[in-house]
Order: sequence, then structure tokens, then C-alpha cells
Amino acid sequence: MRNINHEDVTEAALRPMGPPGRGFWILAGLLALPVAIGAAAYVYQLINGLGVTGLSDEVFWGVYTSNLVTFIGFSYGGAIVSAILRITHAQWRSPITRLAEATALVTLLIGASFAIIHLGHPERIWRFFIYSRVSSPIVWDSIAISTYLVGTVIFLYILLIPDLAVVRDRVDAKVGSLTRRLSKLLAFGWRGLPEQRQRLQWGITVMSILIIPLAVGVHSVLSWAFAVTSRTGWHSSIFGPYFVVAALFSGVATVILVVAGFRKGYHLERFIGEKQIRYLGYIMLTLGLLYLYFTFAEFLTEGYTSFEETVPVLEALLLDRYAPLFWFWVIATGILPMALVAVPTTRTVPGIVAAAALVVAGMWLKRFLIVVPTLASPLVTGGEWASYRPSWVEAEITIGAAVAIPLMLMFFFRLFPVLSILEMEETETIQP
Amino acid sequence: MRTAEYRALKAASGSTGSTVEPGTKENRSGLSRRKFLGQAGAATLAGAMAAGGGLRLLSSVEAQGGEDQELAKHQWVMVIDLRRCDGCGLCEKACQSMHHLSEDQEWLKIYKMKDSAGGTYFMPRPCMQCENAPCLKVCPVGATYKVPDGVIVVDQSKCIGCRMCMAACPYDARYFNWGDPPPAPNVIGKPQPEFPVPQQKGTVGKCILCVHNTRYGKLPGCVASCPMHALYIGDLKTDLATDGVETVKLSELLNGNHVVRYKESLGTRPRVYYILGHGQTLDG
Repeated sequence: MRNINHEDVTEAALRPMGPPGRGFWILAGLLALPVAIGAAAYVYQLINGLGVTGLSDEVFWGVYTSNLVTFIGFSYGGAIVSAILRITHAQWRSPITRLAEATALVTLLIGASFAIIHLGHPERIWRFFIYSRVSSPIVWDSIAISTYLVGTVIFLYILLIPDLAVVRDRVDAKVGSLTRRLSKLLAFGWRGLPEQRQRLQWGITVMSILIIPLAVGVHSVLSWAFAVTSRTGWHSSIFGPYFVVAALFSGVATVILVVAGFRKGYHLERFIGEKQIRYLGYIMLTLGLLYLYFTFAEFLTEGYTSFEETVPVLEALLLDRYAPLFWFWVIATGILPMALVAVPTTRTVPGIVAAAALVVAGMWLKRFLIVVPTLASPLVTGGEWASYRPSWVEAEITIGAAVAIPLMLMFFFRLFPVLSILEMEETETIQP
Repeated sequence: MRTAEYRALKAASGSTGSTVEPGTKENRSGLSRRKFLGQAGAATLAGAMAAGGGLRLLSSVEAQGGEDQELAKHQWVMVIDLRRCDGCGLCEKACQSMHHLSEDQEWLKIYKMKDSAGGTYFMPRPCMQCENAPCLKVCPVGATYKVPDGVIVVDQSKCIGCRMCMAACPYDARYFNWGDPPPAPNVIGKPQPEFPVPQQKGTVGKCILCVHNTRYGKLPGCVASCPMHALYIGDLKTDLATDGVETVKLSELLNGNHVVRYKESLGTRPRVYYILGHGQTLDG
């Protein structure tokens, strides 16, 4: 990253905002197709009711609940990169912060939408705000998620202000009139005056501290929707931190995928080096080991006592009907990605990206294995195990939601700079 | 509803239950109300009211004044004599036809259990009408609530269908309406929380101890239909219980037998009592 000046960065950051090439539209079209199918599947579900899912009175939460937890978890990468790395003055973060924050917003929006998609009566969602019963974990969820969403938007926005002023002020920038007007509006009269800079710094510091407890809160509360029930496999005091670590782990993996993708797609290799991806890989490795530790601690304490209710669920997971999925997860998410990052020969960009992809997919599976076996196990002593096979509607909506992440990001960076010019100047990545 | 209408079980009536479904045209007209008033006047409740005391499992619910206070004069419970149940399933069917439920909705469900000798016995599981109901606490919009006579009901016009209550219920007693319910052509008027017929798609339903019957001095569908007389509907306040044929003092029924509440250790304080005695091993 030597000999990079302000001009280079600005050019690279603003390039995706100009008229896109044919490649952009082809890719956007390819991504839009499954998103459209997913949207159509949701309309089908709205018309016909939740009976179109594979859910039942025993397994009444399934893929949508896994999606809710997983996609919101993806947004935690933004909190780590932008907030934690900022507070700890990690200079290497500056070229990837914008990507991480935008990912946080997009994944959070998609994740939160599953809270609505899984409802029997989504049109009654307003009752949440009017008739809230505060003893309900679902109400905690909605408060935590909406607060976190507001925090994420503010954090993303205040860091954008000086960059938007750059867009506004550059007459030669090849951006559409709409983008220019939007930039002018959102730049909020930014002139780079000392007192403006001072206020902005204050705001950024406050937000980067504030966003951490907000993020921790969201996944804690999500976990408590499970943990406050009396069900085996859910009723656990470590569920809060267990979920938070899972979210951080998969969130960093998501950032790796997004950074690697846009680095290649928008030719940002000059600014985002291998170093950034490697460092993110180290963070992912650390969090992955922490998550494995939590998983072990959870299963050991559950399994050692051999309580009558606990044993069948644990057995189903480790030895019986869910064992193939569980051990696949252990290998594909617990061991392989860790090895790929740890071993020097595979600690390359493709190696780390492969590891991150395994983590992203595997952590969805893990959430599925938290939600479903507990519900499928008989609650009344004489009952039988229930089975759950997701329907095509659930599959299409899930695929559509996952594919919507890169698609939404592509359009996000049509409107906003892909690099944080401000932060790259601040951290002296840019040579004066 | 006027308070005078709320009457208890017809004590010692020997009635085998309703011939008129609540919510049908006849029942919702004024005529049948007068009929019930007459019946209630003849009921021999008052004499039995003074009984009680010494019942360990009893606990009281605070009344809230006015109409509620009138309703709170009864606290419905169910007693299930597992020694008598032969698992025929007529109670399930009676419940389903009374509430126009689809076949997979077993508000009262019969489980096959293993007894201490390795044989099997049957356990009917209605909603336990917990005094400390986990389902009630977790409802985000207050669609689940407790009526003054102690029964947990769901207002399906408010339910958003999040299914958190199903997650919270330790007894699997709640059912989601995944599709449209069967038609209920003879039912007039809108579904009520106390008589949720027909069920509403996308919402959660459950056993309501046929509070629509008990308030009018009639037996719940399951109790009326049980040929083995294994099910009793009881009232903590008047200390009466009936299986449809015989009416007994609730406290004597509970104290004189080996009685447990299912999953007592969870602290939900169910209002359904199981009588054991033939080797049944229900977790108390």
C-alpha cells in the first residue's frame, strides 16, 4: 500500500458509483433471479399461510428461525471491524470498514425481515408496538433489533458524511444526478472545518463504543427467546454468550467473503492487501476456537449428569438422527476452516475465503441444529420424535435472502463510496 | 354478558353434557339463557359451598371486581383418573367436533405411557391451565390471557402467530392453525376467546377447558363424552367435581387418592390433577 495518494483512493472509492459495465448488470441479473423467486415464494406463503412450510405443531420453528439468528449474526462483522478495531486503533482496518459496515446494515435488514416472514399474521406486526407485553422475549427481541438497526445506520452514516462531501464537490466524478443530489443532501453541509471535524470525531467515538453493547444485546436477547423456555437443549445459562460468540464468528467470516468479493470485483487490491484478509482470518480463527469451547462446555455439562430429559436430545445430536449433520458441522466448520487459517500453506486469500465460506454456511447449519432437535424431541414422556423437512417455499425464501446480500451491497456501492476516504486519511494509509 | 348467567356445574344432575353447542343459534339467543337460569336456580350448589379447607393443592386467584368478580366465583380444574382411562379417544373426537378442529389438532391428546411394571397406560393431556402459565408470560401482544374463572384463553383476533407460547408450554398443549380450519356452518357470530370457533388461520389455539360450557352449567365436551368417566371437571371455589354421572367433593377426591400434577417441578402450578394408583408413573 505504498505511494497511495488521496486522488487514487477517491478515484477507487467513487469508481463503482459511475456508469456500471456490462459485467455489473450480468451479475446483478443472475443474482436478481433467485431473489425474485424467493420473493414470489413469500407471496405464495402470504396467500396460502404457513401450511406451505414443513413446520408442524411439534417443530413449529425451523428454517426461518435459523435464518433470523444466522443473518443477524452476520451483521456482527461490522461491529468488530468498525467499532472494536477502531477503539483499539488497528490501522489496517481502514480500507475495509465501509465494506464491513454496509454488510452489517444489509445482513441486519435481511435477518430482521425473517422475524416478520415467520409470523402467522405479519399484518398484525403493529400490535408489537401498541400492545407490547414486556415480559415477552419477543418484545425484547424487537426492541433490541430495532435499536441495533438504528445504531448501525447512524454509525454507517456519520462515517459517510465527509466522503459524501467529496462526491458532492467533485464536478468531474462520473456519478448520476440522483447520486449527486443524494450526496449533497446527506453530506449535511460538511466543509471539513475544524469544529465540524471535532464534532464528527466525538460522534464516531460515541457510536463505536455504543454499538458494541447494542450488538451484544441483540444476540443475547435472541438466545433468551430459547433459553427462557423449559426445553432441553435451550434452557441454558450460557446461551447468551454462546449466541454472541457465534454471531461474531460468522460475522467476521461474512466480512471476509464480502471484502474478498468486492476487492476482486472492483479491483481494490492496491488498497485492500492480503494482510487485511489474513488478519480477519486470525480473528475468525480465534472466535471459532472460542465457539468450539462453548459448544464443548455446553454438551459436557448437559451430558455428564444424564438427566432423563436431557439425554435423548443430546443422543439424537451426537449419536442418532441428527448425528450426521452434527459431525459434518464439526468437521466442516469446527475443524477444517481453523486448519485452513492455521496452516501457513493454506493461509492464502483463496484458502481463507474457502474457510470463511465454510463458516458462513456451517453456522447456519449449527443454528438449525440448535432450533430443530429440541423441538423434534417429545416433550410429553409418551410422545414420539417429530420430523421436519423444510419445504421448497422455505428453501427458496432462504436462498433468495442469502443472494440478496451481495445484490443489495452492489447497489449500495452504486450510491455510496466503497472505501472510507476519511478513515484511510486518518490512519495515514494515504500518503500526504 | 350479565353476571346472573354465570352459574356453576349442575351438581348431582347426572347430565351427560350438552345437547346444544355453545355459540349455536339456540344458545346465543335469549331463550336458552333463561333456561340456564332456571337450571342454575335448582342446582344444589349452596350447601356444598361451605366445604373445603385442608386441600393442599388448592390456591386462590384474586378476583378483580364487578363482572370479573362474579366469574371468579368459580375456578375450574380438571381431575383425570388414570386408573379408568382405556385410551379409546372419544374425548379427543368430542373436543374436535365441538370446536370444529382439524384432525391433527388434539387440544386434548391421549399419550401412551409406560407404567412401572413395563405395561402401558394412557394419559389424556388437556391444557393444564397453569396458575403460573409460561405461555402467558411470553406472548408479545397479550393475546393469551387468563379469564377470571381461571382458564387460559387466546384472543385469536390479536395473535400475531409468532409461536413463542408453543415454545414456552412444557406440555405441548398448544396448536398452530397452519391452514384453514374446518367450516363451522352452524356457528353464528364472531369467534370469541372463550369460544374460538371457527379457529383462525395463522394463530395459536388450545384447550380452554370448555369454559363456554362450564359457565352455563354444562360439562366440557371431553368429560361428557368419556364412557369410562375418567375425567372430572371441578371447581376449586365450590369444591365440587363431577365426571358427568357422579358429583363428589373435589377436596375429598384429591386428598383421598394418589394425586399428582404433571411436571410439578417446573413450578407452573397446573390446574389439572392426575389420579394414579395402578402402577402409573407420571412425573409429579
